[in-house]
Amino acid sequence: MNVLALPWLDISILVAFIGAFWVSRQSDPLRAHRFGLGFTGTSFFCSFMAWLAYYLGTDSVLITRWSLQPFLFGRQLFSLDELSAPLVPTIALLHFLTALATPRTLMRRFSFTWSLFSETLRLATFSCKEPWVLIALLVMSTVPPYIELKNRDRPTRLYTRHMLLFIVLLIVGGAGVELAGSATTPAPWWAAIPLLLAILLICGTVPAHCWLTDWFEHASFGIAILNVSPLTGVYAAVRLVLPIAPDWVLQSIGIFSLITAVYAAAMATVQREDRRFYAYLFLSISSMVLVGLELHTQLSLCGSLCLWFSTMLSLGGFGLTLRALEGRFGRLSLTRHHGLYEHSPTLAVCFMLTGLACIGFPLTLGFISSELLVESAVEANPYVGIGIVAASALNGIAVLRAYFLLFTGARHHSTVSLQLGFWERFAVLTIAAIILGGGLFPQPGVTTRMQAAKEILADRMVHIPSERVDHAEEDREP
Amino acid sequence: MFSEQIPLFFGFVVVACPTILTIVLGLSSLLEYKLEERSTEKLVYFATGVGLIASLIVLASMLIGGSRHITVELGQWVMIPHLYHFSVKLVFDRLSVPFAILTFVLSGTIAAFAGRYMHREKGFNRFFVLYSLFVLGMIVTSLAGTIETLFTGWELVGLSSALLVGFFQERPAPSRNGLWVWINYRFADAALLLADVVLHHFNGEGDFDQMLLAVSWPDGHSALSSQQALLVGLLLLVAAAGKSALVPFSGWLPRAMEGPTPSSAVFYGALSVHLGAFLLLRSSPILQQSTTLCVIIIIVGLLTAIYAYLVGTVQTDIKSALSFASLSQVGLIVAEIGCVGLVDPEWGYIPLVHILGHAFLRTLQFVRAPSLLQDYRTLEDAIGKNLDQGGVPLSSLGTRKAQSWIYRFAMERGSLDTILLDYVVNPFVKAFRWCDGLERRWTDFLSGESSRESDLIKSQLETIEDFS
Repeated sequence: MNVLALPWLDISILVAFIGAFWVSRQSDPLRAHRFGLGFTGTSFFCSFMAWLAYYLGTDSVLITRWSLQPFLFGRQLFSLDELSAPLVPTIALLHFLTALATPRTLMRRFSFTWSLFSETLRLATFSCKEPWVLIALLVMSTVPPYIELKNRDRPTRLYTRHMLLFIVLLIVGGAGVELAGSATTPAPWWAAIPLLLAILLICGTVPAHCWLTDWFEHASFGIAILNVSPLTGVYAAVRLVLPIAPDWVLQSIGIFSLITAVYAAAMATVQREDRRFYAYLFLSISSMVLVGLELHTQLSLCGSLCLWFSTMLSLGGFGLTLRALEGRFGRLSLTRHHGLYEHSPTLAVCFMLTGLACIGFPLTLGFISSELLVESAVEANPYVGIGIVAASALNGIAVLRAYFLLFTGARHHSTVSLQLGFWERFAVLTIAAIILGGGLFPQPGVTTRMQAAKEILADRMVHIPSERVDHAEEDREP
Repeated sequence: MFSEQIPLFFGFVVVACPTILTIVLGLSSLLEYKLEERSTEKLVYFATGVGLIASLIVLASMLIGGSRHITVELGQWVMIPHLYHFSVKLVFDRLSVPFAILTFVLSGTIAAFAGRYMHREKGFNRFFVLYSLFVLGMIVTSLAGTIETLFTGWELVGLSSALLVGFFQERPAPSRNGLWVWINYRFADAALLLADVVLHHFNGEGDFDQMLLAVSWPDGHSALSSQQALLVGLLLLVAAAGKSALVPFSGWLPRAMEGPTPSSAVFYGALSVHLGAFLLLRSSPILQQSTTLCVIIIIVGLLTAIYAYLVGTVQTDIKSALSFASLSQVGLIVAEIGCVGLVDPEWGYIPLVHILGHAFLRTLQFVRAPSLLQDYRTLEDAIGKNLDQGGVPLSSLGTRKAQSWIYRFAMERGSLDTILLDYVVNPFVKAFRWCDGLERRWTDFLSGESSRESDLIKSQLETIEDFS
């Protein structure tokens, strides 16, 4: 029997789910950490095998034969396609590395149970294409962050209000599209608007972004990183909005996202604290991904999908380095120089490397995606291109400002060693290696993202036939 | 056949040397494996030495074979059929080869100087990692055959410069100045990126060969129209102005002197400061398409030269005086490039020779600077009187009122930094802090209580147990 024909994706989701249940029964944080690590590691391995099976073209009929999904749901709800194939193992990897890089000081604060439960939901979400199942998963995904706030005894009102609004809009929008019924025309305005608003809300688009910065203030940093770095809102936009939305909806998303990208980048440069800085950096970069989606040309989509992948890793890695700093020094003010370089030069280098990857610096994973995005944006509309370049420049300033404030200045003396632990070092170096490797050899990634872009556009063409003409011309372009 | 392969092979070696050096030093730093000082020095000597020999061989083969233009295609880095391609291509011509040789000679010399200057300095390895990154950036920029490749090198130079300005990281001033330099560079980078994209848009690709219609420098012609050339040229001029500290971006240059003397010498005396001029020279066929553009370049160049001369005259520390002296020459070089655009492309050799001569002279002056004052004092003691100051004093310029104005202008360095701070940076920070305040009020209102935990963070680290 071919080992790749096993339903690795199902196993991966199941392992995370069982892990959440199992770890919840552990009262000792050290044991919980050990089990959490085992389950996230196994889940990553399984999702990697699922990707490998997809990449090597293993017959989906063979995989389905062993799958539990037909017994449980009557059909195959979760599967990989060009878009999700690399995203699913990357999400699992981020969960694994975050668990691995959790120092003892943070073990009591970092809930492995909820982390594993969120991982279950995230893996399921990113491998699901069915609109209503996806909507259900998105609704369920709003619960763990709420419980995180509750468990930490932090205010929940702001988060709850935003998420309730999101859920209502999402369900109304989904129902509207369902009611409109016709599968070959764009969705009517009364169905598209709620969906548009739901996507803008969950992506933290200005002016509905405050829930996200507020959540970063109150949640544990590890959970916050895991929650935002996969860009679940963008996935929802690709699956729910892009195939059926009329052009004006996409343009609206694009305009709001562009404003968010520039505004959040500017806000990142003036923040006085590390988490808020990270939150705005995330908002800016994730909005750039949405801008690329909105342009919906092959090149812009490809650039946007490449940027999405690089953002997941680079923002995830960047968050892990910040979290490692927080684990040692507590939350860090960005109003003075901390002089932390000498404590751990590796951390400083990784901070710089992941930060540079976030801004699309040459020879890192984000470079080609930024180039593609700017190129396609300028072709579509020069002002969009200028906006993206401005946001990117401001993000660069914000990252280096944070670097100088955190790592330079009079050295902070402590009585204990503040060096990185072995597993923390392993986690940040792994991400650094992927960022540099992907930056030096970008072609495989670009090729798969181009395939995904074509699939997305093909899906849109089914619903909106007028698009066929545009993209046929695009294909012929010399 | 074999003779054709020689320059191609050695062309590859020219880029491979600094690349391998950066990888070796960078990896050792990332893995916290500390190389011995002597080993680091030897690696740098070896890489720059081999790189220099390889570039000399390429030059010799070009001279012997009568070739003015050799292209080394390293293949497509990224390729999306019909839509996009990023080709890595190196061009060896009469502009890039002298620049590459200049880079290797000065980098090697300064590395030898730095080996002693930085001896037992805590950041010895960090210095050489950034230094190797800089050399790689310079070589890639010099030999770039496409504007995308040039952009890659350009960014590497910018990052290494900013981090080296903030090299002495226990004091806040160097890192503040490093950040200021970086802000200027980001502005320049944004302009270059836009120029790159606009050029792609007009030309279909950013290949210099296509841009020059396959004629080697300096004889190329651009296929862009006058209006297109003006737009692309203005973006390139902004990029060049940011990188070479031309007016109005000149304020960062004296701040950059916070870095170690060896890096100041090679960056702001010799190589990095000429990068803007190099960019304009490389794209000179575009400049020739627009008379307006050439006139603007001449004006910017002359303004920079006059500004730098006036400000340089009243500097009281030797590194600042030298940096402004450099800048005045760079201003002249830029003005020369503008003039070349108006006359004959063959005259492009004049600014090139000016760059080469100036770079060598200024590097010598910079590395001589630390011991110069001591020698002056010894000399004055020996002859029993003060040495002549030389130059044209400000007191000989215009009326008394004008002299006073010029003196104040020079002392305040034309208030360029102050203008940027007062009219760009501070309003920007103020506006977005105001937005931050609005957001705070909004989240407090929605939460029904104070929503900012970050307000409670102490700005001083007190105990490491103070976790969130």
